[in-house]
Amino acid sequence: MAQAQTQQHHPISLYLKVWGLLFVLSTMSYFVDYFKVPDLLKWFLVSIFAFMKAGLIVSYFMHVRFERLALVYAILLPPLLLLTLLGIMAVEGDYTVWIRNLFFLHSGTGVEP
Amino acid sequence: MTQRSQAQSQSAPRLPRGLQGVVADWSSDERSFKVSWGKVMMWFFLISDTFIFATFLISYMTVRLSTTAPWPDTSEVFALQIGGANVPLLLIAIMTFILISSSGTMVLAVNFAYNRDRAKTALFMGITALLGLSFVGLQATEWTKLILDEGVRPWGNPMGATQFGSTFFMITGFHGLHVSIGVAYLITVAVRALKGRYERSGNYQIVEIAGLYWHFVDLVWVFIFAFFYLW
Repeated sequence: MAQAQTQQHHPISLYLKVWGLLFVLSTMSYFVDYFKVPDLLKWFLVSIFAFMKAGLIVSYFMHVRFERLALVYAILLPPLLLLTLLGIMAVEGDYTVWIRNLFFLHSGTGVEP
Repeated sequence: MTQRSQAQSQSAPRLPRGLQGVVADWSSDERSFKVSWGKVMMWFFLISDTFIFATFLISYMTVRLSTTAPWPDTSEVFALQIGGANVPLLLIAIMTFILISSSGTMVLAVNFAYNRDRAKTALFMGITALLGLSFVGLQATEWTKLILDEGVRPWGNPMGATQFGSTFFMITGFHGLHVSIGVAYLITVAVRALKGRYERSGNYQIVEIAGLYWHFVDLVWVFIFAFFYLW
């Protein structure tokens, strides 16, 4: 009986709707590039569409929405640690480019800042 | 909402839900995750893989932030010429749609598996594998074009920042490897399903678990598409 408890069986119409949404969101993010949207808006839209797509895939195609909360937390909480790495490396990258520009400015060689 | 409650009442008879459920599951003095061990192990693998790909993407962010050379315009690098006009990023858009389609066929395969329809399960898994193969094929085309025609190397390229080549080959290469392994995995499971192995054991869950892996590959592509190609 253990197996019957863990099956993820849902109506096919649900999957088809999610599938359709994924197509729409992909097309929209492609259009963001195609119509040369200005940078700031482009970054915003591209990220929003990506996270919406990721949310749909994880919650419906990978059934996380229908799993028990203990498993959902085990899946979704650990990756949040990556935000720390993201933050640290963003600061680090900013610092590196600042120091490089400073170097090239004073040495008068290499790439212009 | 009714679908959800049905699925939950089916999957968890008499177990408390929500936060109380979390506490109950962890303090139950038995297995904490009330799913098959195969599914838990696939999820553990996928979480570790999440960390690998995220680290790749974060290192890409770091080098892109810190280079003083201009970053190549991906929209033009990956353009396709159709009828004399340059359509930006078309190849990548096609690859994206192929991968999403394959996710859709995989989900249908899982559905047919739980209906114990082994012929259709194998058929849709086969379609998924074929779409995966065509994705890898297009990626090979893309790499060939970039290496031979555009002169992109891991250590440099004529368009700008050196780091473009190294991050591109590492991230898309690792993802392509995942797709290729996924194709082999899907074909293995599809053949076993067709031969009736899961029919005899009465347990089709391996199809759902293979599906988890396949959707993860699609999920990673979502982020590569957004942050490497579109950003």
